[in-house]
Amino acid sequence: MRNFDVERGLARLTLMERIRAFEETARHAAVEEELVLGAIHLSIGQEAVAVGVTESLRKDDYITSTHRGHGHTLAKGADATAMMKELLGREGGCCGGKGGSMHIADFGVGMLGANGVVSANITIAAGAAHGVKLLGGDQVTVCFFGDGAANRGPFLEGINWAGVFELPILFVCEDNQYSASTKTSDMTSGNVADRARAIGLPVTEIDGNDVEEIATKSAEIIARIRATGKPEFMLAKTYRLDGHTYFDPATYRPEGEADRMRRESDPVSRQRELLQEAGVSETDLDAVRTTATAEMQAALDAAKAAPWPADDTVFNDVQDVGSPAQEAF
Amino acid sequence: MTVMTYAEAARLAVAEAMRADDRVWCVGEDLGRGGVFKQYAGLPEEFGPKRISDAPISEACIMGAAFGAALVGTRPIVEMRFADFALCATDELVNQIAKARFMFGGQSRAPMVIRKPMGMWRSSAAQHSQSLESWYAHIPGLVVCCPATPQDNYSMMRAAIECDDPVVYLEHKNIWMMEGEVDTSLKAEFGKAQIRRTGSDVTLVSWSHTANLCVEAAETLAGKGISAEVIDLVSLWPWDKAAVLESVNKTGRLIVAHESVAVGGFGAEVVATMAQSTTFKSPPQRLGSPRSLIAYAPNLEDKLRVTADMIAGAATKSMESVA
Ligand SMILES: Cc1ncc(C[n+]2csc(CCOP(=O)(O)OP(=O)(O)O)c2C)c(N)n1
Ligand SMILES: [Mg+2]
Repeated sequence: MRNFDVERGLARLTLMERIRAFEETARHAAVEEELVLGAIHLSIGQEAVAVGVTESLRKDDYITSTHRGHGHTLAKGADATAMMKELLGREGGCCGGKGGSMHIADFGVGMLGANGVVSANITIAAGAAHGVKLLGGDQVTVCFFGDGAANRGPFLEGINWAGVFELPILFVCEDNQYSASTKTSDMTSGNVADRARAIGLPVTEIDGNDVEEIATKSAEIIARIRATGKPEFMLAKTYRLDGHTYFDPATYRPEGEADRMRRESDPVSRQRELLQEAGVSETDLDAVRTTATAEMQAALDAAKAAPWPADDTVFNDVQDVGSPAQEAF
Repeated sequence: MTVMTYAEAARLAVAEAMRADDRVWCVGEDLGRGGVFKQYAGLPEEFGPKRISDAPISEACIMGAAFGAALVGTRPIVEMRFADFALCATDELVNQIAKARFMFGGQSRAPMVIRKPMGMWRSSAAQHSQSLESWYAHIPGLVVCCPATPQDNYSMMRAAIECDDPVVYLEHKNIWMMEGEVDTSLKAEFGKAQIRRTGSDVTLVSWSHTANLCVEAAETLAGKGISAEVIDLVSLWPWDKAAVLESVNKTGRLIVAHESVAVGGFGAEVVATMAQSTTFKSPPQRLGSPRSLIAYAPNLEDKLRVTADMIAGAATKSMESVA
């Protein structure tokens, strides 16, 4: 058995359980209560990447995320209640009920936004790192994106940009093997890690369901990026245990694939087992889950109790100059 | 007052802003050599390669990265080289930059100036000549400017750089070398039109280079005893409805002229808005390009141009017809 710090291992489990509980609660609110209005994309099965990578980030470091962004956002330190309110479109949501799941953001913790457009967050992240460099800061930016996103142009443009300008950024490709209903490898020539190598970025390929490994490697990589100011690339092999959206039965997957992955490489179960082997009692491990579930249930209760945003906020925060509120016509 | 060209006027405004504020920087292809139209000449020497930054031929990333850099506290000026190439960065501008502040519930701002040299210039054909200002006016979140003179290119650039909203800044390629007096104490106000000439018989509304043609047309009309008022909107969003309304209330006649395609052009917006607000002595008219594609051969290109003669002709006709 690996030798590891139990306390840290527990902290990692706790954050993964919080993400899982957040998404299971949100799924329940969507399916059973029809309270979540738009599509939500769950990262169930992929929590280890968000948790392992962000562990070495400071609050003033930046991340950008994707349509599957709840895990990254929570891991960066956003408030679960404000996030849940956002999913329900309520006042007090982190985006005032204007964005929903796909535009979740918390600039206060350096979370510069999820994105409804696949791959679009890659150039934005490169730019955040560029801005940091221009301003003389030492923050690191992490860009999370999916395996499918590597087939859009902004992927090439963004990683080339980071290489050219030598920017302090870590690109993290969460390879969950699927792009919506498509097996990504069917639509990808060559492989994503080689693309990054061809651009000249150091690449780390990693088991994306092993939070210990991800956290350890990320600590090294992020420290190196902070010291050198140069970009790196991580390819994390993981698996999306749920459908693409919460209402996708994902019948396009081979019979038994998801069940096998759930049994063999669910990152939450794996971390629990590791902790159990290290002597943490089942009761203590169950308590982690119970606490996380209670936190997210309370977040949902608070979100349900919150009112809709005031009608005329639809005219706010469009622009200062020529804002809809100023327009009589 | 100093005489300078349209290109020099904007360059001066950029240089002054960069001297005053370290957060302002420019990024685009070939900027390190002063830009393809020399509108950044001298700036690389003064500010160095970090603040007058070259870029790979990656329009989407120029726009997207500038946006990311704006989100963390810089104030980028983005050079798109030709307005036509900005279409490669449409998602970044329309889906990201224009929407971020709203989607994120007011958590962020994108204080950016996005320069897009536009318009017909020297047989540049269909992919280097377009005027797409009406597209941007249609997008909530964006400010849209189309200056027509050295003075306005100076004063409006100053205002655009100071603005906390993303500003789509369309400079007309045909007038880079146009000279004019520039008063460097002036800063433009968005949505404040320039009355380029006062008159009482007919109102000519325009922007960008076509506004200059309206001034020419007004001179011709004066020779025929027709007094035309020329309103140069300078900014299309916001636009100066009050100035146009006041003028049309006085003249009762309205001609809107622009280089871009007439169908779905911003002229339609101006005419429709006035139709909801006032009455006319003769039917308002809009002049724009036929809905065809900009051609290479000069005679073909000319078939699509709105000229000073056409504007004067439309104004003369409006004096004869009755609403
Ligand atoms: C530009 C663009 N094209 C298509 C879509 C629709 N879409 C949303 S998510 C998705 C799959 C993305 O796959 P991947 O990048 O691997 O991320 P994952 O969903 O697996 O996390 C698609 C095609 C989109 N949102 N944006
Ligand atoms: Mg995927």
